[in-house]
Amino acid sequence: MLRYILSRLLTFIPTFIGVCIISFAFIRVLPGDPIIVMAGERGVSDERYQELVEQFGFDRPVVVQFWDFFTGVLQGDLGTSYVTKRPVWDEFFSLFPATLELSLVAIILAIALGIPAGVIAAVNRGKFFDRALMSTALVGYSMPIFWWALLLIIVFSGNLGWPPVSDLIDLLYYFEAETGFMLIDSLLSGQEGACKSAVRHLILPSFVLATVPLAVIARQTRSAMLEVLGEDYIRTARAKGLAPARVNGVHALRNAMIPVITVIGLSVGTLLAGAILTETIFSWPGIGKWMVDSIFRRDYPVVQGGLLMVALFVMVVNLIVDLLYGLINPKIRKR
Amino acid sequence: MADVSSSGNTTPNTPIRPGRIKEFWRYFRENRGAVIGFYVFVAFLLVAIFAPLIAPFDPTSQNRGATLVPPFWQDGGSLTYVLGTDPLGRDILSRLIHGARYSFLVGSVVVVIAATGGIMTGLIAGFAPRWLDTIIMRIMDIILSIPSLLLALVLVAILGPSLLNAMIAIAIVLQPHYVRLTRAAVMTELSKDYVVSAKVVGAKLPRLMFITVLPNCLAPIIVQAALSFSNAILDVAALGFLGMGAQPPTPEWGTMLAESREFILRAWWVVTFPGLAILITVLSINLMGDGLRDALDPKLKRS
Repeated sequence: MLRYILSRLLTFIPTFIGVCIISFAFIRVLPGDPIIVMAGERGVSDERYQELVEQFGFDRPVVVQFWDFFTGVLQGDLGTSYVTKRPVWDEFFSLFPATLELSLVAIILAIALGIPAGVIAAVNRGKFFDRALMSTALVGYSMPIFWWALLLIIVFSGNLGWPPVSDLIDLLYYFEAETGFMLIDSLLSGQEGACKSAVRHLILPSFVLATVPLAVIARQTRSAMLEVLGEDYIRTARAKGLAPARVNGVHALRNAMIPVITVIGLSVGTLLAGAILTETIFSWPGIGKWMVDSIFRRDYPVVQGGLLMVALFVMVVNLIVDLLYGLINPKIRKR
Repeated sequence: MADVSSSGNTTPNTPIRPGRIKEFWRYFRENRGAVIGFYVFVAFLLVAIFAPLIAPFDPTSQNRGATLVPPFWQDGGSLTYVLGTDPLGRDILSRLIHGARYSFLVGSVVVVIAATGGIMTGLIAGFAPRWLDTIIMRIMDIILSIPSLLLALVLVAILGPSLLNAMIAIAIVLQPHYVRLTRAAVMTELSKDYVVSAKVVGAKLPRLMFITVLPNCLAPIIVQAALSFSNAILDVAALGFLGMGAQPPTPEWGTMLAESREFILRAWWVVTFPGLAILITVLSINLMGDGLRDALDPKLKRS
């Protein structure tokens, strides 16, 4: 097991350096001079151009620039935003909890609904429930979530006037951020109605974000269950007279979980990509909206730093999933 | 398809298995959803091809006298504008019909670029010495660790927002999946007897790669192509929605949604129909993809 962990950690290092190179290279290698682009249609005078080149260090050799960037990253220095003049690192961590909260609620929702749906479909293979659930899952899987979000806004907020569609909480409430998670903070604040307001703000965005992972988890659970249900030990368990609920729920589900865990781990990337759209539509002050805004503002240090941090987060989650996978499934450690 | 069936048998006298396409169709037809998906896909394809003939209006012509007209079954709607008009008085149905062209263009171009690039890289990785293989796969890992839409967004921001750049960005983002699939398939094929015997007979590397091994790796790649066709449509629509894809007044479905966002509570039809078009197209392709997988994957074939 130790060898497996070490070898997995060793592959992490070159990937990390690669991600650093990519996020560094984007601004410098691809066509378009960032200073000209930043200046926009007004243009920039020659003297000011030179000044800016020196300020950003574009006149030094690329290797030196990369080395500065890379050592900066290792020390938690991602540069400062052109627009807000705040360190990118600080901005990232002040916004990250909002995205994490949204994504966590979404993935919990997806798991809580997706796994039972998949099990029910597999147990009723070919019958009405199976067809209905799997058709729904396929629609969810094909859903353009930005449109789905707009539809839900029209139906629930427009016609029923029910949940609010922007921000984390009503402006009525104000309290210090203790943990950065709005749900926990609002509870801790002890203000009447604060937590309820936070929940109401979270319902629509998290449901929208959960849609695609929910469908993927349901489909994967069903096919994993079907595969396991055909195994000999399931027949043995049935033959010795165990209750069907026990056979399906304990014997089969436990072994069907292995591929499902992989899919859950892989959906982190999907979630973050979905968060970009969801946060933009619901004005959710998280990483996704921050990145989109920075891209439109040509705030390159933020784009570069944000890209790196998001990639790093996905890599760390994948690493943890891989290690867990090795823990659950001893077969994989040998490779 | 025909290439797949013949290239596996190199000697002309070996009997070719009776009608691979026929056999494929037999398995494909068993999946009712896949057949429905196929017909919907064909219908959309026809709409895309004959768009200028079918569309009642020019997709960009504006009628200032008829802005935000509701669809015909609602009060104030008329059969002139079947699905109503948008805030600039353009016929939504005509824009949707023309939008089909962009979606299919996007899907095909992205799949062709991503698949050719990915298959070539995957083949090279599969045949290459260990060190080159490791380098290629690490690079793919790096691309895969960045959420696809974010990477595409940044690429487009740097290349400049346009439909072409959006397609290039999405193709780059989707390519690693092909590389992984092809490499994995090549690895399993390489140890098989027919490859060894081809080597013994003295087949050169290009022949081994493209004629001996590649045709036998195509099944998962075809399924992936169907999936990435729908992914490409979704992602390019998402880029259009964020203002980084096709630019107005192009009647691309995602761009149409972006333009109509501020009217969602006043005029539901300007938002509903473009999204519905995306959903139906993507759904039909995914249905087909499921059918393809069942028909092509021998593991799941019912004996």
